[in-house]
Amino acid sequence: MINPPVEDFATDFDHTDAAWVADPYPIMDDLRERCPVAHSDRYGGLWAPMTYETVSAIANDTEHFTSRTVVIHNGRPGDDDLPAPIGVAPPISSDPPFHEIARRLLLPAFAPRPIAALEPFTRELCNQLLDEMGDADLVDASVEYAEHIPVGLIAKLCGLPAEDGEQFREFVRIVLEGVDLPAEERIEAFQPVEEYIVAAIIERRENPDDGLISYLLDAEIMGEKLSDEHVFGSILLLIVAGIDTTWSAIGSSIWHLANNPDDLARLVAHPELLPSAVEEFLRAYAPVSMARLVKDDFEFQGCPMKKDDWIFLSFPAANRDPEAFDNADEVLIDREINRHSAFGLGIHRCLGSNLARMEMTVALEEWLKRYTKFELNASEPTTFSQGQVRGPRQLPIQILERS
Amino acid sequence: MKIHLDTGKCQGHGRCYSLAPDLFDCDDLGTAVVIVTGELNDEQLAKAKLAAGNCPEFAITIGD
Repeated sequence: MINPPVEDFATDFDHTDAAWVADPYPIMDDLRERCPVAHSDRYGGLWAPMTYETVSAIANDTEHFTSRTVVIHNGRPGDDDLPAPIGVAPPISSDPPFHEIARRLLLPAFAPRPIAALEPFTRELCNQLLDEMGDADLVDASVEYAEHIPVGLIAKLCGLPAEDGEQFREFVRIVLEGVDLPAEERIEAFQPVEEYIVAAIIERRENPDDGLISYLLDAEIMGEKLSDEHVFGSILLLIVAGIDTTWSAIGSSIWHLANNPDDLARLVAHPELLPSAVEEFLRAYAPVSMARLVKDDFEFQGCPMKKDDWIFLSFPAANRDPEAFDNADEVLIDREINRHSAFGLGIHRCLGSNLARMEMTVALEEWLKRYTKFELNASEPTTFSQGQVRGPRQLPIQILERS
Repeated sequence: MKIHLDTGKCQGHGRCYSLAPDLFDCDDLGTAVVIVTGELNDEQLAKAKLAAGNCPEFAITIGD
């Protein structure tokens, strides 16, 4: 089932619409002027705030909004009661007070020092991918490069075989796409994801290692082991949330450089600008829009929200708000003051933000060491993902100069 | 001038200790910790302002 095309995003908002997928930024700018909270009857009722102020207010308001499901789809938890898809993936789908307990279990593994220790592995992986691309003058930076990097890292962190990566990408597709499918079909599609994770848990129960699955199996809350559902949900979260997000961020960065030769030349000549460039790419092309559900009927800034209405929480739109950022519509790779919200705001700040930044930085460093001039190949298709995570999925790059 | 960190607002984005590692560090959960005590010199003040201006949660302020 494909939703009908949107005629006016202010009253019929749909983030899966082809126009939004192709280029959401002019639509965000228009809505910010006109609304600033767009509405839709689709998905059983949806609100889409477009300003930094409204996005921040909702992200920080756990009293009126719940995170119990963060992927917008036609169902609701409780009524058609999906057994697993991301509905029970702590801590992303948890509210206070349980949220903090579930989050504290995982935070140490994603703190800066353990993540920094993964840098040599990441660099080696990137170089291996670049070696495989060889002397080709036309490469796909998404298919041949960006998508493999987070898959390799998540497999390593969880203690899962690197060769299972192909399956992880399929799991991500199952969970995050097909959001307008009927519940029974979503449940059926989810079956292989469930089987894989259950098998991985059984394997690690028998043969513990130093990966995150074993860590979760060993962890305790108030002296008790985690429930099977908790372990399952957190592994699902790690596999689903850590892959297409970082893949998108790396791809969008390369897409920007391919389209902006001045920025590319500047970054090649001044690699010390990379940290600020990475933050600016995160601001301007933030991949992730989250979701909330309205807990009870409630008026938010004049919007009559109903219980179980969706909130499409667009951090990308917040990041483009001229009230919050000078020259918000310009990508400035040396931007000094940059309070972007690519990793969210409030208690659900992306658990993997240190990992994502490290992967992006290393991936771009190694890419730019090899390719000093490149551009988009306009005769091949460039495509972007549909859904709450946005980034290039086909990214044909013509290499013009290599070092 | 001194650094004031609102630990209730800090969510561990990690911008401060990346940009100003002489002024900020983190704990095992990735939450920011101020490691400089007392008055800031000019160089520290500039770094502290940079850290404050990049905190997504507005958790850092600089004042008396």
